Amino acid sequence: MTSQAQPAARPATVWRPARHLLRFTPVGLVLPGVLLAVLELAVSSGWILGHLMPAPSELLMTFRELAAGPLWLHIAASAQRVLLGFTVGAGLAILLGTLVGMNRRLEAWLDPSFQALRAVPGLAWVPLLLIWLGIDETSKITLIAIGSFFPVYMNMVAGVCNVDRKLVEVGSQLGFSQSTLMRRIMVPAALPYLMTGLRNGLSMAWLCVVAAELLAATEGIGYLLTDGREVSRPDLVLAAIITLALMGKLTDSLLKHAEGRLLGWRDSFNSEDRP
Amino acid sequence: MSALLQLHKISKTFADRTVLDNVSLALAPGEIISLLGPSGCGKSTLLRIAAGLDPHFAGELERNPLLDFGNNSGLGVVYQEPRLMPWLTVAENIGFADGRKADSKWIRQLLRDVGLEGRGSALPKELSGGMAQRVAIARGLYGRPQVLLLDEPFSAVDAFTRMKLQDLIIALAAQYDISVLLVTHDLDESVYLSDRVIILGGTPSRIVAELAVPLAQPRDRRAAELALLKGEALTALYQQPIDQYGIRK
Repeated sequence: MTSQAQPAARPATVWRPARHLLRFTPVGLVLPGVLLAVLELAVSSGWILGHLMPAPSELLMTFRELAAGPLWLHIAASAQRVLLGFTVGAGLAILLGTLVGMNRRLEAWLDPSFQALRAVPGLAWVPLLLIWLGIDETSKITLIAIGSFFPVYMNMVAGVCNVDRKLVEVGSQLGFSQSTLMRRIMVPAALPYLMTGLRNGLSMAWLCVVAAELLAATEGIGYLLTDGREVSRPDLVLAAIITLALMGKLTDSLLKHAEGRLLGWRDSFNSEDRP
Repeated sequence: MSALLQLHKISKTFADRTVLDNVSLALAPGEIISLLGPSGCGKSTLLRIAAGLDPHFAGELERNPLLDFGNNSGLGVVYQEPRLMPWLTVAENIGFADGRKADSKWIRQLLRDVGLEGRGSALPKELSGGMAQRVAIARGLYGRPQVLLLDEPFSAVDAFTRMKLQDLIIALAAQYDISVLLVTHDLDESVYLSDRVIILGGTPSRIVAELAVPLAQPRDRRAAELALLKGEALTALYQQPIDQYGIRK
């Protein structure tokens, strides 16, 4: 809505332009830039052994070589798994989280089990999934779904439990049914929690995709990691790590952007209109 | 004339504490009634019962069949706080009952009625307390109710805004031919707004006095008759017996 208006439309004050410059200047790039320069210097002058730690320039060559070939294939494979597993896991979590959050009796029945399952590290499922589902796509996507389920579920339950009773009463007075209450009041009111859960769930999904691909895969960023280790090429491993960082950041930024658009109504300290 | 809303011998007990004892009242078409009493006397509880929000009480709540006739919701409620959905715009909040199928023409009319023309696309966070309460009033009117229940709706706004909102309620009640049941702890408000003031008191609360305000609207806040009635109401409030701690029951 209006809170998303472009900065230029705002009344200008003396200090605002400076603030905007600061916001858009990529100060976050200074530290990595300096580190890369030092590393380049250290490797080229022989302080660090090149076969253990490739120089940034060499890494760039690796990237160029990968980009011309299989890199996109690996990214696409991993991204597809993340997308599928995350959708299944988060979707189930939203549904169950809302039901459990709304219904005290259901909470008493289900929540203890979920809490116990949540305590199991996601990777502990891997052997079982391999036995049950084999080493193909199904087991990988299931692992990702399990991994992303719990952060979303936990936040959704908390979000629904924290919905203001007074807002719910407005709906009850209007004669809303349980499902209408859920759709019109509970879910929108729990959205801030849900978005936090989704972002946590997504990072879990990337963690799980790497774990799954490290074990058994013929493509994917995790496979690139294993491949790099097997042929003793740290540049390949580093390229895979950087790709993971970029993909994780990219998908998180997409969610963050969606969060900003969906939650513009919040009257919070961090909202757009703060002085 | 048969009453729109009738409460017969309502009693209400929380755990082992009785808050309302044998309270009866009837709201006639076009009438404005104030329920006046100290805080904690159960007047909001009585309103919640009248609104159908609390089904656990002894006694009888009788809704005139007219209330449920046709496509109106019969009852509108305005709460102490605006209770707007913060994720919806002002217009969407007013038409909240119908969601996406809301009647936008009617919403525009209501926005004009409460003096918020052109603010339909604003978000609740951009509104002042008084404006938010205007939106809540418009939402209460959206269902074309015949009865409007108001639960201390002006207690959270400043004195000037309160006077404006009181006049707004009187005007809208007349314009749309709505009966009003108002819960308040404000003596001035009760005599200024209503045709009858019902005073609750005692523990548990019962009706201790009923004052008719036989003055035509619009009234002058400075009118001597209002001051006189206020005096009567005060007397009624203070005629409560005093308990052993020196506190009026």
